[in-house]
Amino acid sequence: MKIIIVGCGRVGLTLAEKLNNDGNEVTVVDLSPAKVTEITNKVDVMGVVGNGAKQSTLREAGIESAQLFIAVTNSDELNLLCCMIAKKEGNCQTIARVKNPEYSADAPYLKEQLGLAMVINPQYAAAEEISRVLRFPSALKVEPFARGRVNLIKFKVPKHCKLVGSSVREIIAKLKVDVLVCSVERGEKAFIAKGDFVFEEKDIVSIIGTPKQANEFFGKIDYKGDVIHNAIIVGAGAITHYLCGILDRSGIKLTVIERDLALCESFSNDWKKVNVIHGDGLNKELLLEEGVENVDAFVSLLPHDEDNILLSLFCKDISACKLVTKIGRTDYDQVLSKLDLEAVICPKNITSDMILRFVRATQNSEGSNIERLYNIIQDKVEAAEFIIKENSPICNVPLSDLKFKENVLVASITRGKEVMIPRGSSMIKQGDTVIVITANLALHDITDVLQKD
Amino acid sequence: MNFQIIRRTVGWLLLFEAIFFVIPLITAVVYWEKEFFVFLTCIALCAVLGLLCVWKKPKKDTIYAKEGFVIVALSWIVMSIFGCLPFFISGAIPSFIDALFETVSGFTTTGSTVLYGDQIEGMAKCLLLWRSFTHWIGGMGVLVFIMAFLPLSGARNMYLMKAESPGPTVGKLVPKVKNTAKILYSIYLIITVTLFVFLLLDGSMGVFEALNLSFSIAGTGGFYIKGDSLASNTPYVQIIATVFMLVFSINFNSYYLIGRGKLREIFNAEVRLFIYIVTGAIVLIVLNLLATGTQGYTLGEGIRYTAFSVASVISTTGLVAADFDLWPIFSKCILVGMMLVGACAGSTGGGIKVSRVLVLSKGAGHEVKRMIHPHQVKKISLDKRIVEEDTVRSINAFIMAYIIIYIVSMLLVSFECPSFEVAFTSVAATINNVGPGLGAVGPTGNFAFFSSWAKLVYIFDMLAGRLEIFPMLVLFFPGTWRKK
Repeated sequence: MKIIIVGCGRVGLTLAEKLNNDGNEVTVVDLSPAKVTEITNKVDVMGVVGNGAKQSTLREAGIESAQLFIAVTNSDELNLLCCMIAKKEGNCQTIARVKNPEYSADAPYLKEQLGLAMVINPQYAAAEEISRVLRFPSALKVEPFARGRVNLIKFKVPKHCKLVGSSVREIIAKLKVDVLVCSVERGEKAFIAKGDFVFEEKDIVSIIGTPKQANEFFGKIDYKGDVIHNAIIVGAGAITHYLCGILDRSGIKLTVIERDLALCESFSNDWKKVNVIHGDGLNKELLLEEGVENVDAFVSLLPHDEDNILLSLFCKDISACKLVTKIGRTDYDQVLSKLDLEAVICPKNITSDMILRFVRATQNSEGSNIERLYNIIQDKVEAAEFIIKENSPICNVPLSDLKFKENVLVASITRGKEVMIPRGSSMIKQGDTVIVITANLALHDITDVLQKD
Repeated sequence: MNFQIIRRTVGWLLLFEAIFFVIPLITAVVYWEKEFFVFLTCIALCAVLGLLCVWKKPKKDTIYAKEGFVIVALSWIVMSIFGCLPFFISGAIPSFIDALFETVSGFTTTGSTVLYGDQIEGMAKCLLLWRSFTHWIGGMGVLVFIMAFLPLSGARNMYLMKAESPGPTVGKLVPKVKNTAKILYSIYLIITVTLFVFLLLDGSMGVFEALNLSFSIAGTGGFYIKGDSLASNTPYVQIIATVFMLVFSINFNSYYLIGRGKLREIFNAEVRLFIYIVTGAIVLIVLNLLATGTQGYTLGEGIRYTAFSVASVISTTGLVAADFDLWPIFSKCILVGMMLVGACAGSTGGGIKVSRVLVLSKGAGHEVKRMIHPHQVKKISLDKRIVEEDTVRSINAFIMAYIIIYIVSMLLVSFECPSFEVAFTSVAATINNVGPGLGAVGPTGNFAFFSSWAKLVYIFDMLAGRLEIFPMLVLFFPGTWRKK
């Protein structure tokens, strides 16, 4: 895939590295010759010096043959302008980084009006990631799925749990919860969990559901994971702002510590439920006073990495809470991993991972009717997203009446804004977005899931 | 210093050299020559040594600028030492230093020779083809060739490409180094084949002659299988050679741009200056030749021989159609001047390169203006693009290093030179990869009369000139090898 990246900052560099490793042909654009040289010396990409919003620069970078255009400069407005011009100049998908909170509410509007394939807000993405960690602290992996409407959660089945020994059908019937068990890893093997599949201890189970449904599910199976009731957040920056918004109705009691009085005041005005404390987050006395020893989760979101690491190490020492640490610089990963800080959040990595996932998904779906293709279990189980554009044999028939192939599972049906976890009586209609989970099967069209007569 | 990756890259080079040897091997089979066994031995030797070096994977495959320089310099030396073995083992060139001189002259596309005309004509055909083929390999660079096939050191191959490719700045054509190398070699191959076909169209050229001449012109080398070079060939062949020598001395990136339909881009500032120099030189020399009645040339002959010699010298090929040593001093001065300037950056030609001359003369012009307006702000720009301060600095350093090496070399060989003209132009001919100089080393002379020591100096000059000085200097700089 031919990709142009405008902006050679930290995100630009990470993206160039990862996309190049995936075998894409990457061209980077930046105003500063020094930054371009730095990347081209390190990564096998082509560099163009110039303004990415200028037609001549884009032509030099080969916009006419590019398939993807990513704008990650420091300026939101420039990113949007770049994408608009790239769209007019070439036939490519465009991704813009927009980080100003003032625009964040407009993101869907911008996306639609400017024909962007994706609008990324690194801080918002980081906040979402933190919220997922806080909601499912014991999950192995939580990933947004089906454009963020549902989550894909992976967890390990513990010893004393209602799942052990019962089949998928029994569990669904007994618990009456609307989640979908999609795949199970047992040792080296991977299974698509059909109705008669029986769980065992130590299985790694992937389920799909909205956060609320998933929580309900975990409660009903007596899953002895920790549930987070309260959390201390140090630093009231953009991430904290978004995080409070996301967790507003989650029932988690938040305490935010911030040094800047003015910021505290506006923050407490915005988020009435949040307990805003004015003081230095690095002050040990203050932390102890706010009960850091007994809190369920501690999130350090200060601007400096070293402050965050220090705070997390301190909390690890005095309490057993879930730790979330924000890190900006990932060059020293090997040292960080030795500190065992549990959840380390890096906005630039989250951003580049999101773009990477998008690129892989579009790449995988090339030459078929698949909209997106996700890897659930590496190289074994995949989820394919289809948009049902025309009437086909699969439409308007209850799912229980359709003859599916082995190892095929319809995971979700999205109609308008509503996401449904399909049951036997559900029907697929024209215009729906359907996600199908398959193992070891190459799908090209939605009709491929049916058995051939 | 990552010694393991250096060892492995040199190993790959030896393996590729073994593959290159297959071409003269086939020639030996076709003409049923006994040198077949010489090449077979060389292939076995290179393959075994190469495999030994390549066998163990290095722990880390990252290289930095200094490793890039060392790999390139070392590769060229190793390649020359093994490349000269066929001449030495077969006994065609009995002295090892002579054989090395001839091979380095081949790989660096210089074309200076230690052989007399009758020695060249009496050589086995497979050896002659190898001699010409070294030009073709050296022209675009052997590491660039390897890069087109192998992921030598991951992303950082650019350092190798920068160190091996001629010109002050080296850019990519497409995002991947590998594909860039492939495109460059495809262009090189296509133009070479075109030249080959054009040469064959002349009835007087056999396939073997045309092949040798194509390799020689494509690499802007200068070796040919006849003692008098191209002097006895038909005017048609000489004209074709003239055109293609000029074609091969223009930046290859331009041909890529033409291929993508950007026709206008080829006439950038460097190419424009190159054209001005070539036409200016031709006009002046023709007028000079006709005015002095040299050799009794008619106007047609004058233009043909002048155009040929100018193209041959500025492209640093060094093929000869007329003995320009007999021309008036004014004409000779112009030719020597063009030896120093050389071809465009990113071509197969040598010399200081037109773009460097352009940047330096613009810099000098700005300096004069600054005398008049001491506070004037002015940046050097080419094609409306500002030339980076780093580039200007490295060009200045290049010129200074070039002059120092030039003077020191001249001093070292001066004891053996019959005249100042020979001392000056023999170094000019080798460091600029031209081939023939004037006087005893002129179009009809050769380098055979020099001692082995002087030849070693010329060998260094040729390598330094082809690799643009710095890789060779880095290789011999003690700090490069010191462990920190």
